[in-house]
Amino acid sequence: MAVDAVTLAIMKGRLEQIADEMDATLFRSAFNPIIAEAHDASHGIYDAVTGDTLVQGKSGLPVFVGVMAFAVKAVIDKAAERDGVHEGDVWIFNDPYDGGTHLSDFRLVKPVFRDGKLFCYLASVGHWHDVGGNVPGNYNPAATECFQEGMLIPPVKLFDRGQFRQDIVDILSANSRLPNSLYGDLNGQLNALELGEKRMASLLDDYGDGVVADCLAELKRRAAQMMRSQIAGLPSGTVSAEDYLDNDGIVDAPLKIALDLTIDGDRMVMDFSRSSPACAGPVNISRSTTVAACYVALKHIFGDVPANAGVLEPVEFRIDDASLLAVKAPKPVGGYTETILRLIDVVFQAVAQIAPAAAMAPAYGTINALSLAGHRGDGRRWVMFSFFGGGHGAHASGDGLNHGNAPISTATIPPLEILEAAYPVRFTEWALRPDSGGPGEYRGGLGAVYEIALLEEQADVFLFGERGKYPPPGIVGGGAAAPNRFHFEQRDGLHEPPMLSKMVGIQIDKGQKLRLETPGGGGYGDPLSRTAESVLRDCRLGYVSRQQAEAAFGVVIAEDGSLDETATVSLRRREAAQ
Amino acid sequence: MTGPAYVIGVDVGGTFTDVFILDEASGRVETAKVPSTRGDQSRGFVEGIGRQVEDFGRIKTVVHGTTVGTNALLERKGARTGIITTEGFRDVLEMRRRDRPTTWGLKGSFAPVVARTDRVEVVERILADGSVLQPVAEKDVRDRAVALAESGCEAVCVFFINGYANNQNEMSAVEAVRSVWPNAYVTAATEILPEIREFERLSTATLNAYLQPVVSSYLDRLETGLHSKGFQGDILIVQSNGGVMSVDTAKCYPVRTALSGPAAGVIAATAIAKAAGFDNIITCDMGGTSFDVSLVAGGEAALAAQTAIDFGMVVRTPMIEITTIGAGGGSIASVDKSGLLQVGPESAGSDPGPVCYGLGSERPTVTDANLVLGRINPDRPIGGKLDRLDVEAARQAIEKHIARPLNLTVEEAAEAVLRLANAKMAGAIRLVSIEKGHDPATFAAMPFGGGGALHTGALIKEVGLGSALVPRFPGVTSALGCVVADMRHDRVQTVNRLLDEVDAPALGREMTAVADQTEALLAGAGVDFAGVDRVFELDMLYLGQTHTVSVAIEIPAGGLTADVIRAAFEEAYREAYGRLLEGIAMRIMNYRIAVVGRRPRLDMAVFAPSGGKAAEACRTGTRKVYAAGRYHEAGVFERLDLGVGAVLAGPALLEQPDTTIFVDPGLQAEVDAFGNLVITASGN
Repeated sequence: MAVDAVTLAIMKGRLEQIADEMDATLFRSAFNPIIAEAHDASHGIYDAVTGDTLVQGKSGLPVFVGVMAFAVKAVIDKAAERDGVHEGDVWIFNDPYDGGTHLSDFRLVKPVFRDGKLFCYLASVGHWHDVGGNVPGNYNPAATECFQEGMLIPPVKLFDRGQFRQDIVDILSANSRLPNSLYGDLNGQLNALELGEKRMASLLDDYGDGVVADCLAELKRRAAQMMRSQIAGLPSGTVSAEDYLDNDGIVDAPLKIALDLTIDGDRMVMDFSRSSPACAGPVNISRSTTVAACYVALKHIFGDVPANAGVLEPVEFRIDDASLLAVKAPKPVGGYTETILRLIDVVFQAVAQIAPAAAMAPAYGTINALSLAGHRGDGRRWVMFSFFGGGHGAHASGDGLNHGNAPISTATIPPLEILEAAYPVRFTEWALRPDSGGPGEYRGGLGAVYEIALLEEQADVFLFGERGKYPPPGIVGGGAAAPNRFHFEQRDGLHEPPMLSKMVGIQIDKGQKLRLETPGGGGYGDPLSRTAESVLRDCRLGYVSRQQAEAAFGVVIAEDGSLDETATVSLRRREAAQ
Repeated sequence: MTGPAYVIGVDVGGTFTDVFILDEASGRVETAKVPSTRGDQSRGFVEGIGRQVEDFGRIKTVVHGTTVGTNALLERKGARTGIITTEGFRDVLEMRRRDRPTTWGLKGSFAPVVARTDRVEVVERILADGSVLQPVAEKDVRDRAVALAESGCEAVCVFFINGYANNQNEMSAVEAVRSVWPNAYVTAATEILPEIREFERLSTATLNAYLQPVVSSYLDRLETGLHSKGFQGDILIVQSNGGVMSVDTAKCYPVRTALSGPAAGVIAATAIAKAAGFDNIITCDMGGTSFDVSLVAGGEAALAAQTAIDFGMVVRTPMIEITTIGAGGGSIASVDKSGLLQVGPESAGSDPGPVCYGLGSERPTVTDANLVLGRINPDRPIGGKLDRLDVEAARQAIEKHIARPLNLTVEEAAEAVLRLANAKMAGAIRLVSIEKGHDPATFAAMPFGGGGALHTGALIKEVGLGSALVPRFPGVTSALGCVVADMRHDRVQTVNRLLDEVDAPALGREMTAVADQTEALLAGAGVDFAGVDRVFELDMLYLGQTHTVSVAIEIPAGGLTADVIRAAFEEAYREAYGRLLEGIAMRIMNYRIAVVGRRPRLDMAVFAPSGGKAAEACRTGTRKVYAAGRYHEAGVFERLDLGVGAVLAGPALLEQPDTTIFVDPGLQAEVDAFGNLVITASGN
């Protein structure tokens, strides 16, 4: 086949626009803020035979770009076991072992037919507000089996040859604490799929099925070619990086994520064999999730590679089936976000050793899923569930961004005024956290402080976070950021959970507070080479304290806020000599 | 002849100041174009008017689309500004909504317009239900204000959490600040935007404070300059919402001018199109680095509730919705590592600009492709800065960077660049039309600015638009827009209650009262109106959702009722998403009121060419133009000489000082009764 270069470029834009529009449709019409505000959803177009990602929307959650192909493949396999794929079918499921991520993410997969023949698949994934299980909002750090995390739905048909199956919705609704939200989100996802099908049909009418099919195949080939040329630009050899999760929420022992990254010409091997075995708590992930996380890391580093399965062709993965990176049912996976953030961090740290100019230091590295749940005076249940931000890592071209979103997501945080209007809470602080960025020639961005007081009688508090013991490290000689800190108030004062950033169902009373202090990003380069003027400026702005200026950067700032140049020169000389 | 008679529109752009003069007595119009005066735009402004008007005493109204505010935001040249806020929340502006500039790559940065040291806190707190948890101590506020002023802040913004629900503390604090602040530049966040969402409200209010000294002093200079020449009329300023406001209102709310210039262009396009019988248009403004489109449906320009001027610089006031993509004349074409052709978003801008400018750039752009294919006359560059364009250099650049890597001829490569650029523009048009549920076949493309008219023909084909409408003077469209814009004021107030809990008749009375107040503001501006319209809207959603649907409300003579609201919401929701959600409560988030003073219509027939000639009589020659894979011998015509009813068949090139129009093969163009060129597929 020979698609001309121009048609190909134009087609790429048209296809991306379809996926983007599906994203936008769901964001606007979704019920729960995790989709509507945090954009924890994604849509794309997938290969009819392999399920490979052909095109994915730009505004959805980055991690889904890699993982959705596995979800579509799961449906293809399931349909093959049954009576095949039919026009008008829509499949629904959330099985995390068969298509990635965790139980909160519900996937809808719809085959697109042309003249009675299967052309491609469209899929929609969105994070639902509550899917049952022990913990409202489903971040259960104490889960030891997936059954404690929520309902598990294997691929089943929501529409069978165009026939809507209300019984499936009844089952789903009966298993959620927030059935209205579920109903609203499900409708939004169906709207997105219907719209995608309509747009796809008009594109196929415009160009003809054959041309579009040829373009899809060619785009995949070129994605692989582009990735090969990126890899070939790196020096050959093997580098290693290791990082740790604090614990699994059950056993207070660190879990290692280790990467041996080999560049061999235009091929790359990502070997995770030295990582910890599967654990008791919910920080395990499935193999497909591991692959998806690596894709996200690579795309952050090589920004121009497309959202297309071809990108992973030149990459070989070595993931031990016994490790926490390739678990199967019923191992708990609810906290998958923490593990994939750590995976991304080790990829950044490994690449920093061979391509420092392209790399970024790790970002804050934890989503801090905090949920407060209680009952109103009139008995109505309320669940406030949100993720919190932190600093981005420094890089060769500058300091990290203050208070950004996680690398796996483009989520924005809900306005605190919306949270206060919807739930019986009052924020008492919402601020940047001084001294939280990793020191370096370029400083990591700052994390944040969020302090919340309860306004009603009682609430149960759940937290799923990380980086309490192992803060985000620096790269190329840069220092680590401040670790994550969480405190909750009881009658006898402030407490820290025994697992630091993970806790289940601690009760607080009216007037008591929660305080979350999130990590900044890691530093880049030797802090002693940061200009004294930059440190002085940071100090004036309150990003860095005088103590940290001296201890971490070797810059002495007098009590009146002025720079003590003489003392700085001699301190920096002494430190450099050590 | 006595009595004031002129209505004058002035649009100040980066290079030129365009002046549009309507003599209401005679119905004549004149235009003038003078170089913009950098540093103080008001000088070029007054000079431009002086070119055409001897007696400034005869000017009734001057209407101005300004980029002073826009530029101050983009170049970060506003005043040093302080923020006084609730204890615990001084970083709201810097923390934004926890976002990042680009999805991929984590190398973005952000510096807020107010430094952390100029953001100070006082003890006070309002709860979400509007109750006062902690009153504010006015002495604390005065102390903070004095300290900010002493440290060099010229403007200040007071912003308290939950002020939208009750602004009692904020108002006491603002009074305290005003009692000690050395000038009038004090902004209260809830006066700018009494709407829930702290970052968006603070950002909008802060940018207002940041702009106030810059915009106010500019407007003062403008008033002085005009008055010194004997001007005694009114000055009106175009707002981002497409309506005008009095100069005093503009000094209080300068943030409303953030998109003043582009809004004027859309307003003019709307008026020209309406007169020509087109109610549905898509305006296309192609500049050096970007392509801006706006949708006008049923004669009304679409409005966006909020816009980001730059990363983290959010302005939440109603604005003409302008969708921008990185495909302008200066957009660079290249072939990426996978062998795929790319156009933009990287741009050569205007300096060094395209290769053909000969200012040192070697990377080919969209303009170079247009030149190589014969669509631009190398001896008659638009804008008047250059004498001649270098075709050979453009050819070489396209050959090296596009043709060879893709194994194409230079002409094929240049056409490929245009096809991809056109496809990107078509994508932007699809975004504002098809994606919003409009059928493009019922819309006409309307190019304005210098470059758009080269591409509109292709857009008709690519998106399936019904036609294109090229106004007679695309270069002065924005100045014309100033003259025809209505006066408009928007108000918003957060309600945030369930429909079942709202006292609907009381809500209706409140909305009517606010509309009355707003109308009094119109009456105070001393402008003649042909009529006044009120638009009432509610932002509503189902309980549990976070995105609202905009619901148009008619307040019945007997008063507003819950049933009226419910029915209107269901209609709006069904239209937006297809299906209603049974059994879920509805919430009213905000009410919005627009009061529009309709200014008398300008008769667009004043543009009609008088004594124009038939097409063949306007032919100045022919040029070889490459299109659809081969060279054509295209006629070149002097556009402004064409008479009403003149018809041309593509391929044809129409030249005039401020633009070049390309009529593609297979299309035809006809001059309508107003001097517009209507381009349609041949045989229509």
